[in-house]
Amino acid sequence: MSQQIDKSHPIENTNVFDQEQTRLGYRLNKFAMSMTRPENREAFKANEEAYMAGWDLTEQEKQLIRDRDWRAIMEEHGGNIYMIMKIGAVLGQGLYQLGAHQRGQTYEEFLATRNASGAR
Amino acid sequence: MARIIAGIGTSHVPSIGVAYDQGRTQEPDWKPLFDGYEPVKEWLRELRPDIAIVVYNDHGGDFFFDKYPTFAVGAADLYPVGDEGWGRRPLPDFPGDADFSWHLCNSLVYDEFDLTVCQELAVEHGFMVPMHLCFDHDESWPIKVVPVAVNVIQHPLPTALRCWKLGQAIRRAVDSYAPDQKIVILGTGGMSHQLNGARFGHLNTAFDNDFLDRLESDPKALTELTHQQIMEDAGAEAVELIMWLTMRGALNDPVSRIHRHYYAPMTTGMGLLALAET
Repeated sequence: MSQQIDKSHPIENTNVFDQEQTRLGYRLNKFAMSMTRPENREAFKANEEAYMAGWDLTEQEKQLIRDRDWRAIMEEHGGNIYMIMKIGAVLGQGLYQLGAHQRGQTYEEFLATRNASGAR
Repeated sequence: MARIIAGIGTSHVPSIGVAYDQGRTQEPDWKPLFDGYEPVKEWLRELRPDIAIVVYNDHGGDFFFDKYPTFAVGAADLYPVGDEGWGRRPLPDFPGDADFSWHLCNSLVYDEFDLTVCQELAVEHGFMVPMHLCFDHDESWPIKVVPVAVNVIQHPLPTALRCWKLGQAIRRAVDSYAPDQKIVILGTGGMSHQLNGARFGHLNTAFDNDFLDRLESDPKALTELTHQQIMEDAGAEAVELIMWLTMRGALNDPVSRIHRHYYAPMTTGMGLLALAET
């Protein structure tokens, strides 16, 4: 078998989205995927608690969403960025805001690290 | 006979689509990116290809992790613009060529690529951004398409070598298609970028430019890269670059470079390489 991932040399500050992550994050990612339907986005925006109650989420996962704790969702709970950014978009936070949070920076601090931050 | 007349490697960043839809392509920070595609657009206008095979990955546009195919090929006469979570983009739906797609699927499966055949498939930014960067459109597109989706987001992913071999198999399929069709193949994704963890925003322009060099002149060396090597050097999401090898595997050497461009304004190395067989 070709060895593609070397678990003995984890990449610093990186989550490789593998079997552990996708199993751990399945509920959160599935919830996020529901945002691809406009009626679901409207329902979530109108009443976050009522909408979340209709999904298979643990109380801890719901709290992470209430807290907009993108860093924990991504680093500790198996979030996949392409899915989680769909939740962020409904809540008015784009990919780069999610990224700044994961880096532990404000949005402005993060933008200051970029080569041409008008391209966003 | 059908023949491949062009191969294009290109990034497919979603923010490019937003800037395009909002008419911001000539803003100072966006202009270098969009202007970088003009020579390729002009070249394709002259070539007038009939079909574009677009190798891309779905980011939760139509596929989810309940069943996420390693390789999936569209076999429809129309591919609707999908909704990735922020509404349908104002682009026309994409015309397909189901006859060619089914030929491609037959050829690939009997060539031992066991793919998922999709008679309905909504396309998303991974597919659409390269299309509007490379082709003009008004209410319709000037070309028919075949979406080829590759799993590059949920490990285990196909290897770089496997993606290269997929390109070689696509080439055999095209070469055995009787109708006189001119075909362009696009390999899309990345380049360097990481979107998860505290390493969010990691860029490696040296890696990207070396990749562009070697894709042109020494692509076999790139097929030996492991996912780990690509992710370490260029970021976890840069592993999308293995899809550029499918494009390159479909071209027979020698190739000539028509155009090359690179720009890294925010969090992703945005590369472009247009190749023709000589």
